[in-house]
Amino acid sequence: MTTATLSRWDRFRESFLWYSFKRDKVAIASFVVLVLMVLAAIFAPLLAPTNPYDLAQINIMNSELPPVGMQGADPAFPLGTDAQGRDMLSTILYGTRVSLLIGFGAVVLQAALGILFGLLAGYLGGRVDSILMRIADVQLSFSTLMVAIIVGAVFKASFGNLMFGEIAIYMLIFIIGVAEWPQIARTVRASVLAEKKKEYVDAAKVMGFRTNRIMFRHILPNTLSPIFVIATVQIANAIISEAALSFLGLGMPETQPSLGSLIKSGFDYIQSGSWWITLIPGLVLVVLVLVINLLGDWLRDVMNPRLYKG
Amino acid sequence: MTSPLVDIRGLEKRFDLSGSLLEQITFKNGRFQRRQEAVHAINGVDLQVYKGEALCVVGESGCGKSTVARTVMGLLSPSAGEVHYDGQRIDDLKGQQVLPYRRKMQMIFQNPYASLNPRMTIQQTLEEPIHFHRPELSRNEVRSKVREVMESVGIDADWGSRFGHEFSGGQRQRIAIARALAVDPEFIVADEPISALDVSIQAQVLNLLMDAQETRNLTYLFITHDLAVVEHFGTRVAVMYLGRVCELAQTATLFSEPRHPYTQALLSAIPRLEDDRPNYIRLQGEVPTPVNLPSGCVFHGRCPYANERCRQEIPRLIATDGGNQVACHAVEEGRL
Repeated sequence: MTTATLSRWDRFRESFLWYSFKRDKVAIASFVVLVLMVLAAIFAPLLAPTNPYDLAQINIMNSELPPVGMQGADPAFPLGTDAQGRDMLSTILYGTRVSLLIGFGAVVLQAALGILFGLLAGYLGGRVDSILMRIADVQLSFSTLMVAIIVGAVFKASFGNLMFGEIAIYMLIFIIGVAEWPQIARTVRASVLAEKKKEYVDAAKVMGFRTNRIMFRHILPNTLSPIFVIATVQIANAIISEAALSFLGLGMPETQPSLGSLIKSGFDYIQSGSWWITLIPGLVLVVLVLVINLLGDWLRDVMNPRLYKG
Repeated sequence: MTSPLVDIRGLEKRFDLSGSLLEQITFKNGRFQRRQEAVHAINGVDLQVYKGEALCVVGESGCGKSTVARTVMGLLSPSAGEVHYDGQRIDDLKGQQVLPYRRKMQMIFQNPYASLNPRMTIQQTLEEPIHFHRPELSRNEVRSKVREVMESVGIDADWGSRFGHEFSGGQRQRIAIARALAVDPEFIVADEPISALDVSIQAQVLNLLMDAQETRNLTYLFITHDLAVVEHFGTRVAVMYLGRVCELAQTATLFSEPRHPYTQALLSAIPRLEDDRPNYIRLQGEVPTPVNLPSGCVFHGRCPYANERCRQEIPRLIATDGGNQVACHAVEEGRL
């Protein structure tokens, strides 16, 4: 053992995570694409040629212009325009931003609920465990989409379209986050059940540490790797759920389009030849979800040592 | 004799096997029956640990010695009986009341690979209990305390920023000992602290424990199945069989004149260099299941001296010469 002590960065550089990342071309490519998309989404206001939320910048005369390279294209709109004359490139950048925000937000909410309930159920056991896990079972027996449709429809009816447009993004985060917490709670509970039998937990109990401290400071850090894997895949799921809801008209309003509502708004024109309004946002959605899922698969392989590939 | 530091009285611990009420109900011979089963891990153990001594508890696997250790530390709550520390009953204390005893009583675990939190550095592992129990200390005081305790167990104090998995088994056990010593305890329960270690490391760790006993004036309850360790380490020895103490004696006395037939059999199993034709006492049968305890003396089914009384009546610990105790009807009656 060398006497030099490693910094966090050096530890990461020497870790199996980094080693397998370097060797996995799919993971590198997915990561690069994801980072580019996230950066593009974050800096959408700087990158986008126009602001699709600003009605003053839209000219209805520019509607349904095809992407560059086709007959009748306007070089000012590289990806064409939609039925209202909005620049597709700008709407897609803003739409990716909304989709990613909902995806991350919903997963943060899911993780917060799932970790809390999973830890309580796994560590306290007994009645708390039974009650929480039965709630999770009941919730899992409803399809996420069905719950979201009902809740969304009720909210939309009670708040009205205008008000709903303003709170839609929070609503979607809330609906998707609450509907999917049992996935994470069950995973956390399973790891907690394995961890709490280990002697370091007994040692913490013998020290007299309180239950909260043992749960959050000692057990939780040791259950994080499966949570990472699930959370990654859940981001993709949340983005898809949001797109599906938007496609059904229960998601983001067309004035603040997400990728899903863009697909929906273009769907009416696909028969009339304006395929780009639906197809390009659809492609972006597919790529986004694909790279997140590929990264999730890679993470799962790395963090589960029993799955080492040759 | 002075009053004991730790006094275990009539301790019993049962682990329920039958599960919830629904699982207990069975249908048999045309009617419903409620069936309850439990593992009787400890069945009435009385032990006194006196200040400054090292009381070793020996016995084969499953005899309840680890359960005694965990019950004394409060990791398990006893089904019956009491645990007293320094004259104060501690097994029924709640919440904050236990904290002062958490500082005075510490535990060292069997498996050094599982007893250190893999996500905490050694520095964090050692600092946390000091911060927790002595919030009045400043950061620097805590740090120097950690340094002192690390050096006292023979771990380089500069290794604090490393994680547990970067150390060998022996080093980890030293760190686990340092963690127990960090809060300056008076009494340490060691649950087979060296049985997971390499033989060459066992002696080092054992010596470390003995040095700590001398310099810090510690009292040990030492759980082990290794009789050689007992001979080296123990002041007194308690031999357990199937959840009961069958003999309690000064170490030297126990090894020179074991009284209980089980102790005699146990000691005869130690391999000795001078024996080329060892004279093992061969016990018949196997250890009975702790789910259905035998009536009377738990050892009667395997004891060559058992008679009708042994099958009926549970023997109690009776004092023999020199403060030693043995639970055997045959010894009491002078048959042995």
